[in-house]
Amino acid sequence: MALPRYLAELQREIEGYAREFELDFFDTIFEVLSYDAINMVAAYGGFPTRYPHWRFGMEYEQLKKSYSYGLSKIYEMVINNDPCYAYLLEGNSLVDQKTVMAHVYAHCDFFKNNLWFKDTNRKMMNEMANHATRIRRYMSRHGVDRVEGFIDTCLSIENLIDLHAPMIRRRETDKPGKNENGECNKQQDEIPRLRVQRRYLDPYINPAEFIEQQKKKLVDERRKAKRFPASPQRDILLTLMEHAPLNRWQRDVLGIIREESYYLSPQGQTKIMNEGWASYWHSTISTQRSLNDAEIIDFADHHSGTMGTRPGSLNPYKLGIELYRYIEHKWNCGRFGKEYQECSDLDKRRRWDKNLGLGRQKIFEVRKLHNDVTFIDEFLDEEFCYQQKLFGYHYNKRSGNWEIDTRAFKKIKARLLFSLTNFGQPIIEVTDLNHLNRGELHMVHRHEGIDLKLDWAQATMEALFRIWSRPVLVRTVVSDKHTILRYDGKEHTSETVAAAE
Amino acid sequence: MSQKIDADHARFRHIVRGKIKENLKRFITHGEILGKKGKDVVSIPLPQIQIPRFMYGHKDTGGTGQGEGEVGTVLAPGDVEEGPGTAGSDPSEHVIEVDITIEELAEILGEELELPRIEPRGKRRLEAEKSRYTGIHRVGPESLRHFKRTYKAALKRQIASGLYDPKNPVVVPIRADKRYRSWKVSWLPESNAVIIYMMDVSGSMGEEQKELVRIESFWIDTWLQSQYEGLDVRYITHDAAAREVDRETFFHTRESGGTMISSAYQLCADLISAEYSTSEWNIYPFHFSDGDNWSNDDTKACMDILKNRIFPWANQFGYGQVESPYGSGQFIKDLREVFPEEEKLVLSEIPDREAIIGSIREFLGKGR
Repeated sequence: MALPRYLAELQREIEGYAREFELDFFDTIFEVLSYDAINMVAAYGGFPTRYPHWRFGMEYEQLKKSYSYGLSKIYEMVINNDPCYAYLLEGNSLVDQKTVMAHVYAHCDFFKNNLWFKDTNRKMMNEMANHATRIRRYMSRHGVDRVEGFIDTCLSIENLIDLHAPMIRRRETDKPGKNENGECNKQQDEIPRLRVQRRYLDPYINPAEFIEQQKKKLVDERRKAKRFPASPQRDILLTLMEHAPLNRWQRDVLGIIREESYYLSPQGQTKIMNEGWASYWHSTISTQRSLNDAEIIDFADHHSGTMGTRPGSLNPYKLGIELYRYIEHKWNCGRFGKEYQECSDLDKRRRWDKNLGLGRQKIFEVRKLHNDVTFIDEFLDEEFCYQQKLFGYHYNKRSGNWEIDTRAFKKIKARLLFSLTNFGQPIIEVTDLNHLNRGELHMVHRHEGIDLKLDWAQATMEALFRIWSRPVLVRTVVSDKHTILRYDGKEHTSETVAAAE
Repeated sequence: MSQKIDADHARFRHIVRGKIKENLKRFITHGEILGKKGKDVVSIPLPQIQIPRFMYGHKDTGGTGQGEGEVGTVLAPGDVEEGPGTAGSDPSEHVIEVDITIEELAEILGEELELPRIEPRGKRRLEAEKSRYTGIHRVGPESLRHFKRTYKAALKRQIASGLYDPKNPVVVPIRADKRYRSWKVSWLPESNAVIIYMMDVSGSMGEEQKELVRIESFWIDTWLQSQYEGLDVRYITHDAAAREVDRETFFHTRESGGTMISSAYQLCADLISAEYSTSEWNIYPFHFSDGDNWSNDDTKACMDILKNRIFPWANQFGYGQVESPYGSGQFIKDLREVFPEEEKLVLSEIPDREAIIGSIREFLGKGR
């Protein structure tokens, strides 16, 4: 639906303010949608056309239900695309629409400038529609149930991608057998020794433990050479696309899921920063420019609603905006650098103000360079933690309650970072595609002290088996014991093993 | 408005139905959803509809929050439902609740048990005349005159013929202006059914036995409800004497004393002949008991009533026997012996909850 005149005028006005504050964004196209349509678009993750899948229907039902019970309402939605598409909810008050537009422009600025988005497809709107067409075609050719079932399988592993892949240029994947030619083998047969000129010095220059060490290294290397891939791969989807016995359409579907997963992952990685940034700007633009006196109370009401916190979860809007403001304040006052860090006089620190006015500049830099993990790691300090009354909580098995278990800065920060790293999901890598020379898929869970949710892990392994069609193994730790989980297509087994290879 | 999402939504509902079918036994044998009578929607939790991934259990990771409270302060249950931290958009451990109407549930039950749709009885007329006022005619009785339409027609005519004077807006309808409501007669197939539940509430029927009866009769009720409009339900309890009771009492009383099944059959037969003319009603008596009757004479009396006063009129007579530690369970054997060929009699034994599904199939599987 085309934007009504009053909103189009409003857009021009807000866009002007956004430019005045030096926000830098793609062209933005607003559309007004009814609540039903906005629920639909939200169920599709913001895109008007997605491939057919029941989970969108499930999402829609939940959104619709919670809207009609008055539990939730979607004010706005923005898509990372060039031009940016943004949706407004029909019938919202003018104050809301003003606020939302300012919010949207900040999101667009973030999409355009944040480093983690630089490799995302800016024509994703079209790409998603192409995906839909392809999958519809497969469905009509191979049957809805079959294709849908395969999509379910792929979705089970859609998170097994390498989040940092866009940032890293990796070596071309090594092919097995390349460096296993005859001549290499000859050398590898004998244990390399340091050159000795006088024979009697040999036991000293090449002592027994050294020889032992070399021998082990050699064995390791040989095992490595036999193993494929040579080094663990985190982009399991890619590995499967390249090596799993799939039909052409299946490979394409897997590729589609992977592409969408990569497209969406920066948004997950920058949730706090992105929402914080947008909130910072809607608040700044609204209070300093766009609102008139009569509107300020309504704005305050809605803004505080968005910023509301519940004890059991951190609100990314709130955490983000506060941290940006905290950084801005610190850099305005010059509270950074060696001198400030080393100052132990509390009173002096409290009154520290060098009138540098670098705050704005700094937060623009922050929004360009960081993601949530580095943002928190770099800027969330003890003072902020105390100001914001952050705490850590855990599940008390004895009482069956969730309880606050710490107010200690270091613990809180560690836990927060843990929950953000890899989206708080376990890191799993493929280590061997030809395990035991039987074509079994061997993976390792990088255990960080917390066990996998076993029933889900088993269900996921079943999905992997459907793709790999040979037994699937995951090496992990279950209740402090190193364990290999195995699924052979019929039953799950688990075997306790020695600590390291 | 039809939308793209409708197809996905329909697909989701379809999968939900499948999931419910798979777990039908569990939903049916657990009394939990039955508690909400009066509501026509039930919420069914479906944990398996989510897509599994490699993930941590939230209970193992703990999380971070914001606000007041000392170490050891308990967080309110509603506060900790989302995934750990903030960035995690994963739905963690929450279970999806799907709302489903009772009718839909009955339909699923019917499909799963392969219950046949019930044929209206015999060749008896099951149609009712119904008039609906749907149209407008130019002739008709004055009592059905449509004032608004008449006024409009008159106004139109006056304006068109230049008789209308805005300063003196008097509108006088002539005969040709008059409009009347008219009706159409439609024949609606009408089928009425009555279920008469009889339950033995003598001392030997315990809580568990009553629960079995409760669950089973709920489903029979729901199924027949979906097959007939205007389902009547009557409840009779009996020990040594029978009385008609309301639903609440039926499921909750506990009497003690002897058992005279004939008293219930007598009352049931009286009810039928007094209130349910067999030309208009489909009649479904069900009797649940532990099969322990007082005397052989009484059993004989039962058979008489069944043969002469119930079978001729009922679509089907269902007898369900629950197992109780006290009862002899003799009655079902007697029935089998006396009526080996009677096709209106359906017998079913319900030893435990597991047997409910099978028993429902036995009762309703014939599509009478």
